[in-house]
Amino acid sequence: MAAAEDSRPFAGLSDVSISEDIPVEGDISVPVGSSRRDDELSTLDEPVKETILRDLRAVGKKFVHVLYPKRSSALLRDWDLWGPLLLCVTLALLLQGGAADSDNQGGPQFAEVFVIIWFGSIIITLNSKLLGGTISFFQSLCVLGYCIMPLTVAMAVCRLVLLGVTGSVGFAVRLAVVTVSFGWSTFASTAFLTDSQPPNRKALVVYPVFLFYFVISWMVLTFSPSQ
Amino acid sequence: MSAGSGNRNTEPWGSFDDNLIQGGSAVIDMENMDDTSGSSFEDMGEMHQRMKEEEEVTAEAAATEDDATDDGEFLGMKGLKGQLGRQVADEVWQAGKRQASRAFNLYANIDILRPYFDVEPVQVRSRLIESMIPVRMITFPQKIAGELYGPLMLVFTLVAILLHGMKTSGTVIREGTLMGTAIGTCFGYWLGVSSFIYFLAYLVNAQITMLQMLSLLGYGLFGHCVVLLVTYNIHFHFLFYVLWLLIGGLSTLRMVAALLSRTVGQTPRLLLCGTLSLLHMTFLLYLHFNYHKIVEGLLDSLEGPNMVPMQRVARDVPELTLNATWRNPEVLQVH
Repeated sequence: MAAAEDSRPFAGLSDVSISEDIPVEGDISVPVGSSRRDDELSTLDEPVKETILRDLRAVGKKFVHVLYPKRSSALLRDWDLWGPLLLCVTLALLLQGGAADSDNQGGPQFAEVFVIIWFGSIIITLNSKLLGGTISFFQSLCVLGYCIMPLTVAMAVCRLVLLGVTGSVGFAVRLAVVTVSFGWSTFASTAFLTDSQPPNRKALVVYPVFLFYFVISWMVLTFSPSQ
Repeated sequence: MSAGSGNRNTEPWGSFDDNLIQGGSAVIDMENMDDTSGSSFEDMGEMHQRMKEEEEVTAEAAATEDDATDDGEFLGMKGLKGQLGRQVADEVWQAGKRQASRAFNLYANIDILRPYFDVEPVQVRSRLIESMIPVRMITFPQKIAGELYGPLMLVFTLVAILLHGMKTSGTVIREGTLMGTAIGTCFGYWLGVSSFIYFLAYLVNAQITMLQMLSLLGYGLFGHCVVLLVTYNIHFHFLFYVLWLLIGGLSTLRMVAALLSRTVGQTPRLLLCGTLSLLHMTFLLYLHFNYHKIVEGLLDSLEGPNMVPMQRVARDVPELTLNATWRNPEVLQVH
């Protein structure tokens, strides 16, 4: 842009010829590049609190996107894995302390939940890529991780319900809560994932997502605290 | 015919070497899928890798040639020496990068698996239904679809159903976890039995590839999924035996017929199909009885107090517990 503005004053001299013994040499620097370098330096110098707050705000914004799943590309454009990690750890911690008799394995262990969530997400991502999806690996991991949020909320609600109401009424309430959040998770993730698939294969991508959230819902529903 | 120079592109009609090296294309020849060499993964990977390398090498050669001519002329003698050092370092770096990316691309290239996932939902649905319908033509090799999407999803569905069954019956797993056991069992069966039957087929010279065997056995698990889904929720032993024979039998017959059509000779046929039927039917029995012990306390808590008395059949209770109740008869009064 600067070069164009500079050349306009010389527009009238376009027919003037330059003598051959004057060497024409030099560098042309594009000003846009240097300003970007300044930006990167400035994020390195900013206080840690600002960096953390900015990341937290980004994570919070994506949580809101999951709560109201509409076709927006915000979740896909700036993917991050902080949210999924937070949700995964919260869910695994909430699933701790299951009925732990001496013989019975009881609830799933922390590592089990972790492995299920991350390897399940990886397998679904690979599957959607193999079926011809245009979404990238980490974008898909990001979406699947964020859409576990309704199930984490359901887990917290179930634990509260188990503290108070027991018996078949409590079971019915928990079943309703878990079913609703399972449907919500599946719907939210398909709203983001199926856009990147060829239109006639959406069912093939949705089914593994359905299975994945079904397994997690099953773990949430069958959780029973130790006496 | 060889011309005077060693350059490949001098032939006016296009030399053979040209076609050989650049003969691979993005379209994968499905005819090659049906050969029994068993090394199609590596072949495809090698071809793909060689193509990419050729492109890279020619691109680099062109790029460095251009750089060398431009800079050499401009900077003079001193420029040439610096240029040489830079070029050598550059080439060492490129060679190293090429080695690493070649190894990575050969084995971590998911594009190798892409053609096996090229299915439509309608195709998957029709194959699921066909897996329960045995085809009686055994004189001509039956067509077996070589895809991996359906079998993989069926194995995962079986894992989910197994988890459901284990949870509702309070199965005790002493070593390992519920999830690990379920995944290990299902994947172990699918991959292990497929490999074993493929090995037997190789011994008796049956016309079947590993991919087709994986696909056949994977779709055969559809019957298992249906039977287990029904019988983990409705606990009648008689119903299980009927379904075991009917649905398990149908899916086994389908696999057996497909194998029979591809094997020659009475003894090989007997060996192959007998082994497969035995393993397949026994697996269903194992899944039902090993992972679904009916535990009375857990059933009470999940299904409420109004349970049909028939559910608590005396013969389900192991002998040990029966002896225990005889020894302490007051336990009976509590229930």
